[in-house]
Amino acid sequence: MTAPPSYGSTLEVPAIEFDHVSFRLNGRSLLEDLVLSVKQGETLVLLGRSGSGKTTTLKLINRLLLPTTGEVRVNGRPTSEWDPIRLRRSIGYVIQDGGLFPHFTVERNIALVPRIENWPRERVAVRVRELLATVGLNVDLASRYPSQLSGGQRQRVGVARALAADPPILILDEPFGALDPITRSEMQKEFRTLQQRMRKAVIFVTHDLREALLLGDRIALLEEGRLIVDLPVAEFSRSEDPLVRAYVEAFSALPE
Amino acid sequence: MNFLQFMMSNRQQVLDLTLEHITLAGVATLLAALVGIPLGILITRVPRLSKPVLGGANIIQTIPSLALFGFLLPAPWIGERAGRLAILALALYALLPLIRNTYAGIRSVDPAVVEAGRAMGLTDRQLLFQVELPLASGVIVAGVRIATVVSIGLATIAAAIGAGGLGEFIFRGLAMVNNQVILAGAVPAALLALFADFVLGRLERRLGSLDPKS
Repeated sequence: MTAPPSYGSTLEVPAIEFDHVSFRLNGRSLLEDLVLSVKQGETLVLLGRSGSGKTTTLKLINRLLLPTTGEVRVNGRPTSEWDPIRLRRSIGYVIQDGGLFPHFTVERNIALVPRIENWPRERVAVRVRELLATVGLNVDLASRYPSQLSGGQRQRVGVARALAADPPILILDEPFGALDPITRSEMQKEFRTLQQRMRKAVIFVTHDLREALLLGDRIALLEEGRLIVDLPVAEFSRSEDPLVRAYVEAFSALPE
Repeated sequence: MNFLQFMMSNRQQVLDLTLEHITLAGVATLLAALVGIPLGILITRVPRLSKPVLGGANIIQTIPSLALFGFLLPAPWIGERAGRLAILALALYALLPLIRNTYAGIRSVDPAVVEAGRAMGLTDRQLLFQVELPLASGVIVAGVRIATVVSIGLATIAAAIGAGGLGEFIFRGLAMVNNQVILAGAVPAALLALFADFVLGRLERRLGSLDPKS
């Protein structure tokens, strides 16, 4: 029942590690003393409402932000010591509605990182085809523009783009938030299958408890920039923490 | 003698002055673009410069054009050649729409798209040339279009300082109180402006469709 957290019992360096990280902006504290780690192959869901610090946490991983105090380590190395460009190219990033380049075709959007990494042309083309299949898109869509796709298709392209150079780490910021419930549920299931195959280190941000329970190995609950709990999925719903209770009740009040 | 007859009997001069006019306005716009577009990009990168740069270009625009030509006359080196002087004055006027539209165009690119690019590991340069400039190109060309039309119009005044162009006919006609001669300058100048406006307008719409939002 009370197995120790798995990441504490191994000598392996975590893929992502927050070591007492605080982040302040204009005197306002957005993140306070965050301690967190994610191993290779593990999916951590960051759960919390808007403004709880979830997105800030993600931006600290790919060095869009640097911590005010403490250290964020990626593969054991502080982000402040990484070349930001190299760091970002080794982290796949998916945002709501895909964040695709409207003036690039699907193919060029997916090929973004391979192209700037100067992969040979044929290898890029093969990789794009492979990825379209991986995310369940027809090859015919390769020459379309994002505005010609449905929301679900755009999101699939966003995932394919993030996976293009096979980065060991994947961070996703409410990726399925803008989708209709049926498409969302489809994408959640497919994403879970994908992750079971890829075994990447994944941090997935959401405010949807059901999504968190479905996709996470662990759930970290944030509130006003503080980590409230960090628990394996199986234990999360049974936690006695009042805030966790509030979440669980809010969601179980919904009709199935 | 009506206007058309005047044009026909002086067609060589009409042609020469039209070419001179195109050169004045064209070189001035090109010069302004070479300065204005990079300046517009610069102030998106160094925001504290945006106020003084845009303000400066705005002030230049408020100087009456005839006065600006006059101001520049005593300038060393430039003042000696009327053509160079006229081009400089026209370029100064064309600066504002170019700086402003480049700045506004880049600023109007969806921040989520820019941030996605940055997060994927694009360098600043790649972000500028692959994302921001292509998506801003419609607005930037709109600036070029305004600058070109304004330059073609203002270039008629360049004749006042002896720089030539179709303004020659206009000033001569005014002196002679001869409407035919005035029209021989004004009509070709207006047609030039309309033509430039049409061509650049088409280009603008084509580039604007790169970004389906706008």
